Amino acid sequence: MHIQSVLHPAGIEAALVSRLWWVMFWTCAVVWVAVAGAMLFAIRRGRTRVAPANERSVFRNVLVAAGISLVALVWLLFESVLTGRAQENVSTKDSLHIQVTGYQWWWDVQYENPVPSLQVTAANEIHIPVGRAVVVDLFAGDVIHSLWIPNLQGKIDLIPGRHNTLTLRADAPGIYRGQCAEYCGAQHAHMALVVVAEPAEQFERWLSANRAPAPAPVTPSQVRGKEVVERGPCAMCHNITGSLASARTAPDLTHIASRSTIGAATVPNTRGYLAGWILDPQHIKPGNRMPPTGLSDEELQAVLDYLETLK
Amino acid sequence: MRHAVVILVVAALAGACERETRRYQELPAAANRETGVRLTTLQPGAPQQSETVQSPYQNNAWGMSEGKRLFAAYNCTGCHGVNGGGAIGPALKDDKWIYGSQPDQIYSTISQGRPDGMPSFGGHLPAQQIWMLVAYVQSMSGITPKDAAPSRNDDQMNAIPESRTGFLPPIQTGHR
Repeated sequence: MHIQSVLHPAGIEAALVSRLWWVMFWTCAVVWVAVAGAMLFAIRRGRTRVAPANERSVFRNVLVAAGISLVALVWLLFESVLTGRAQENVSTKDSLHIQVTGYQWWWDVQYENPVPSLQVTAANEIHIPVGRAVVVDLFAGDVIHSLWIPNLQGKIDLIPGRHNTLTLRADAPGIYRGQCAEYCGAQHAHMALVVVAEPAEQFERWLSANRAPAPAPVTPSQVRGKEVVERGPCAMCHNITGSLASARTAPDLTHIASRSTIGAATVPNTRGYLAGWILDPQHIKPGNRMPPTGLSDEELQAVLDYLETLK
Repeated sequence: MRHAVVILVVAALAGACERETRRYQELPAAANRETGVRLTTLQPGAPQQSETVQSPYQNNAWGMSEGKRLFAAYNCTGCHGVNGGGAIGPALKDDKWIYGSQPDQIYSTISQGRPDGMPSFGGHLPAQQIWMLVAYVQSMSGITPKDAAPSRNDDQMNAIPESRTGFLPPIQTGHR
């Protein structure tokens, strides 16, 4: 699986980038072989057996070398501009609009919709339909970040107070990894996200499932878990639609159980990792914004039981 | 002579460590004490000073700037105003203290809440974060050391930073 590789494009934009990469690679390879060959030839020939070159021929040789270099550079510039133009010309007709906001150190994802009740909020995981253009509106909540999903598109910065857009289109279903590509603080390396490209009907199912609020807890343990979330520390930062927790400074947890990772793709979303994260997030990701919660054993198990229902 | 210079440099570096320490995990023992909180100056018998408990982040630049971040993140600004200038809640950057300026008194104010509007954050906030807020609230009136107080905002700032706030001697008012 090449889940994070420029050389295995899964979308039209990335294919253009990848093509440009190979053009540059082969151009540079030819230049390198030519230069190394000329140097080897000069070393083998030695300096004693030939008469000193006259000034005219030296001038001619330098002129030819400079000319070849100039042609190669202009050729690469030309290819680069053509790639940029081709990327700009990818049709965004009937596109899906997603708003991604970078925070230290996680991604807030909003599926835009003119009807507020149809908007969907997710975090650190983007689902997109295959074959449909996606326009990503990029914002930053604190410092400069950069979104890079190598299999799908080149990178672009998220800058506080500014609005950038990125257009991408996945042409093959799959799971691709993206990450922050602009140093943004202590946990920059653990600021990643998962992009799930899936067939259109599967995507629509995911979207409508994520529009629903969290289901009411059933078992006594789940009821207790919801109570701890609402009355304890979780509700100070997190939102779970359908509960009293409605803060917006940390990732939305309404559908946390449907995600494959926690901590911005730092560790897999399993009961064990989740328990470790809730008790001592600073051990897994030192410096991140979540404080140790200090829940008791009973409270922790109840919270885990409740979070597992948030599919 | 050369040895003296080396020793001086090492001593200066060691002294600078406390300011820059980032205590992501452990909470210093002093922070777990919640004793001696006095809301009034009236006492039985001869008045005695209550035992002072300092915030563990009193001299720690990281803890205090985290307090500043939390002050906005937990919407303290909603009542106390941006930069603590006051709104429907009392101003925090002046010299007047209704419930006391001592760290343990501020801790109790945040943790227990106060009449007429101050919510109780106890049970919602970990003790560590309350102590960060305590240090930051103190820095707003220049009570904490200047070299550790925040000197900048993450965004545009329309007031002088806490590190340049002059020391305002606390006045206990007991009322708004």
